[in-house]
Amino acid sequence: MSDSVTKIYIPRDTTALAMGADRLAREIAAEAANRGETVEIIRNGSRGLFWLEPLVEVDTTAGRVAYGPVECKDIDSLFDQSFLLGENTHPLCQGLTEEIPYLKKQQRLTFARAGLTDPVSLDDYQQLDGFNGLKKALQIDGQAIVDEVKTSGLRGRGGAAFPTGIKWQTVLNANPGETGQKYIVCNADEGDSGTFADRMVMEADPYMLIEGMTIAGLAVGADQGYIYLRSEYPVAHQILNEAIAKAEHAGFLGTNILGSGKTFNLEVRLGAKAYICGEETSLLESLEGKRGMVRAKPPLPAIVGLFGQPTIVNNVLSLAAIPYILSNGGQAYADYGMGRSLGTLPFQLAGNIKQGGLIELAFGVTLRELLEEYGGGTFTGRPMRAVQVGGPLCAYLPESQWDTPMDYEAFQAIGAGLGHGGIVVFDDTVDMSEQARFSMEFCVAESCGKCTPCRIGSTRGVEVIDRIRNNENRAENMELLSDLCETMIDGSLCAMGGMTPFPVQSAVKYFPDDFDRQTQNSEGGA
Amino acid sequence: MTAVNEQMLPVVSEVISGLQHKPGALLPILHEIQNRLGYIPPESVPLIAEALNQSRADIHGVISFYHQFRTTAPGRHTVEVCRAEACQSMGARQLEAYAKATLGVDYHGTTSDQNITLEEVYCLGNCACSPSVRINDEIVGRVTPEKFDQLIDELRSQPLEVH
Repeated sequence: MSDSVTKIYIPRDTTALAMGADRLAREIAAEAANRGETVEIIRNGSRGLFWLEPLVEVDTTAGRVAYGPVECKDIDSLFDQSFLLGENTHPLCQGLTEEIPYLKKQQRLTFARAGLTDPVSLDDYQQLDGFNGLKKALQIDGQAIVDEVKTSGLRGRGGAAFPTGIKWQTVLNANPGETGQKYIVCNADEGDSGTFADRMVMEADPYMLIEGMTIAGLAVGADQGYIYLRSEYPVAHQILNEAIAKAEHAGFLGTNILGSGKTFNLEVRLGAKAYICGEETSLLESLEGKRGMVRAKPPLPAIVGLFGQPTIVNNVLSLAAIPYILSNGGQAYADYGMGRSLGTLPFQLAGNIKQGGLIELAFGVTLRELLEEYGGGTFTGRPMRAVQVGGPLCAYLPESQWDTPMDYEAFQAIGAGLGHGGIVVFDDTVDMSEQARFSMEFCVAESCGKCTPCRIGSTRGVEVIDRIRNNENRAENMELLSDLCETMIDGSLCAMGGMTPFPVQSAVKYFPDDFDRQTQNSEGGA
Repeated sequence: MTAVNEQMLPVVSEVISGLQHKPGALLPILHEIQNRLGYIPPESVPLIAEALNQSRADIHGVISFYHQFRTTAPGRHTVEVCRAEACQSMGARQLEAYAKATLGVDYHGTTSDQNITLEEVYCLGNCACSPSVRINDEIVGRVTPEKFDQLIDELRSQPLEVH
């Protein structure tokens, strides 16, 4: 045993680190040395089975065997029970990783490599089909690349669900003027609570994003790309920068990509804690060095975008789907999904949930399947009461709606949204009037201030909900809240003010009792 | 205070000259000044404005727009508590109240020993292991009041750096 090297995988993903992965890796290395065992510890990305983090995997002849969640106090007993041989006697043993039902039942196209590899290893990436899409793209012209994306049916993963191929076609056709400059901008300002799929791409498989952006550049004739990353993601920042430097050094980025004579440069730019900068025009303003204030559309960023030039602005997940689409063909992607929602969506189970994590499946799975079969109920063990799907600007869903298939059109039909695929679960202790108040309060904190309904309406929204919660003229104030919501929806310039009322209206509609409690008090401002 | 800030101006000038050539250089410049000095001294605004050929009001407008930028010195450590929905569903409201009470400061405040600045944050992307806290660049999950105390104790027991 001690003369062979055993590979041990311990993730360097934010969630694994937040649950103690760094110290665990150090102590496992120390204990192995104590016992005269030769081990190689590989810091991989996460598989996205976050309730098991830190998930330690041992490479055995039968495959990778998982143990989790592992704490430092478990190290002795793991060694004692021969975990280096993949023995299944320890209570933390989850068996072969690939056979864990949560993982096995998924349809991973975008996340196929997540957690398998060292995220910054170019060898690992290429051994698992990495850069095949780029190589294909270098052999065909821009229009042929755009045609593959159109065939795939890929729609924007930032929430608006606009067809990606159409956007690319617009940029391909756009006249860049005298400078000839076009840009690729990756929206990595994943600000919605309950979402972490972008973060996982960047931390587990950054070359896939780099490859997707490079293909986008080849498609439309753009030689400069920016990843606009939120500053709340320090681990992703570090990993992206490492990956970009290595990709440039190896000739996958920069001038003369793989000897093709084509150029694509890529830079990470950090945001500065402003939720509104996830809105594409605010993001562009921010990248230009300005306050992140929304631009009126038209003109579309595809025609007048960054520094006034034609620009593709795509979400991380949209760009991350591109290497698969180029490598396997657009039709292979379109074979998944239902209706006009084609391909897969990485769902993110979060909040008060027993088994939180990332679940990539074709569109069409129901919310209940995700909550029950994957999530396994709430973390607290109490009944679920409300589920917010799609981030802080989308509706809270009561149990009667949990059988809705996860599909853009089906969700729209019930006044809800899929957003970026985030799912936040609340148990029966939640006070929905408090959640409604928070929606307005969040808008107060994060509105860019450009339009009145969002800037002033949100402040008035907090006040009127406070009056309702204090039981002051309840009936009149409920009506006022309803009017205010309509004004914000109809009058706001962008989704921040235009969608903030959705969680509020859903709370009022489906959880009316929470707005009619004689004794409850306002929480007050923060 | 002004004298102290003026000592920082050579750093500000160095940052500006290193980054001003970048398209849309303002945010990278502000980030780097804050990384190096801990905050953006108000005296740096005219220097940035001149280098980028913008008005002082423009630069001030950008600094004040973003939650991240600050114009006063923070404590030695920054502790950010997540206030967003996924964390709320796991008790973030109680954790926020606990953090404020035990540190004796509100958000954006610094403890009297200048050790810890408390900030709010809306989502750290650790939503499956809520509630979350960020301490400097380290994110911590499943934070209970007991764990919060432990984290703060660790910060307070760290030896001061000797310059």
